[in-house]
Amino acid sequence: MNLDWEFIMESLPLYGDAMWLTVKLALIAIVLSLVLGLVFSLVLFYKVKGLRSIILAYIELSRNTPLLVQLFFLYYGLPKVGIHMSEFQCAVAGMTFLGGSYMTEAFRSGIEAVGRTQLESGLSIGLSRVQLARYVILPQALAISIPSLGANAIFLLKETSIVGAIALMDLMNVAKDLIGMHYKTAESLLLLVLAYLILVLPLSLLLTWVERKVRHAEFGN
Amino acid sequence: MAKLAEEGNADMTKTGELLLKVQGVHKTFGDRQVLKGIDLQVERGEVIVILGPSGCGKSTLLRCLNGLEPVQGGHILYRGQDLAGGDVNWRELRQHIGMVFQNYELFPHMTVLENILLGPLKVQRRERAEAQQQAQELLGRVGLADRAGDYPRQLSGGQKQRIAIVRALCMNPDIILFDEVTASLDPEMVREVLDVILGLAKQGMTMIIVTHEMGFAKSVGDRIVFMDQGTVCEVAPPEQFFTSPATERAQHFLNIFEYNKL
Ligand SMILES: Nc1ncnc2c1ncn2[C@@H]1O[C@H](COP(=O)(O)OP(=O)(O)O)[C@@H](O)[C@H]1O
Ligand SMILES: [Mg+2]
Repeated sequence: MNLDWEFIMESLPLYGDAMWLTVKLALIAIVLSLVLGLVFSLVLFYKVKGLRSIILAYIELSRNTPLLVQLFFLYYGLPKVGIHMSEFQCAVAGMTFLGGSYMTEAFRSGIEAVGRTQLESGLSIGLSRVQLARYVILPQALAISIPSLGANAIFLLKETSIVGAIALMDLMNVAKDLIGMHYKTAESLLLLVLAYLILVLPLSLLLTWVERKVRHAEFGN
Repeated sequence: MAKLAEEGNADMTKTGELLLKVQGVHKTFGDRQVLKGIDLQVERGEVIVILGPSGCGKSTLLRCLNGLEPVQGGHILYRGQDLAGGDVNWRELRQHIGMVFQNYELFPHMTVLENILLGPLKVQRRERAEAQQQAQELLGRVGLADRAGDYPRQLSGGQKQRIAIVRALCMNPDIILFDEVTASLDPEMVREVLDVILGLAKQGMTMIIVTHEMGFAKSVGDRIVFMDQGTVCEVAPPEQFFTSPATERAQHFLNIFEYNKL
């Protein structure tokens, strides 16, 4: 197969811009999801009255509706009730709505894996609930949660491929446009795959490395 | 039975400061009554050993004294303050009422020294240098001076349990509660832990000890409290309890242990 190298070179800046958009979007969404997940999992752990059932309902809603539907709701639905957001803001909000529930579950399973007796021995030396979370629960829970937190981060990064649906010029949209305008299907798809590999692969490798580190420092009482 | 327990207490309270007074404590889990009116008094410097068949409520009683379980009735007076009431500052109280659990629950992600210093530094907000000096001295006393930098996974069960005792001691508590602290240990490690507790008794530490080690109970206890089915059946000095237990249930309990020895 002969590739049109000139076309590829000319398209690179477009892909570069789209990659940058993807990175920004994924990074913000991942960080916000982590924050949401941490806070929500602690609320669930401490069984904060009222908030608990709201969060459980949110998790169900978030996990059982497609991201595409969530994005459409934010992009086309909210303006009808007077809430206007840019495409990028919508994408961040949608991805965080999705990621928050996955991260909550990841943190929660880590927290639940820390034994009840660990909590009681923390309490028995007079730790407050906040100190208990900070010094006893979270350090152990994080080590347990890291693999699933990382898997969620990669999942979110890949999910960015859907934000083209609300007119953001992400990688998918760039490729689609190029194919539509120039009929250079092979070149455009090749660049698309490469772009995602360049984004996802380092993150995957980093995660594998961190996992190995964590397992190396495995506590085990 | 309860009457008997009260009389047992009465003649022991002539001297010393009354540290802990448990009065008619009730504890229920759902509709299950686990503690049915417990009475108990502990003076400063006293060592109380609680004996009784498995499931009679020994752990639950200790957990109530440490605020890990709320009680549904009665009073727990600690130096005059009622801990059975609503707003009790357990954070503050647990600095005075230490507890050591059956399963040497050290924090696995911290070194021995960090385990010991967590309470003194973060709860009591003491100076690191001073607290660390005390920790080192206590580690020396339990024969583990060289293990300060180790992680719990590097220690044997007996060593971990000795560290757990040091962790409680380093808070300078008024009283320490021990809940079957040798029950999960391999037999050859039981002794090293019991020796540490015996040492504390000699130094006048106030302790409530739940154990199934009868020889140890006999030698460490000032008084034996025998519980059965959520009540205190008998309170007696060890010599009396082990040679001529007053209640049938205590006799039965001791008989089972005689058989176990054979
Ligand atoms: N959290 C709990 N919920 C329900 N029942 C419990 C709970 N903890 C203890 N129990 C019950 O209370 C009784 C006393 O338990 P425990 O105090 O552990 O006995 P012991 O320490 O003397 O063996 C047991 O029958 C036990 O099943
Ligand atoms: Mg028990």
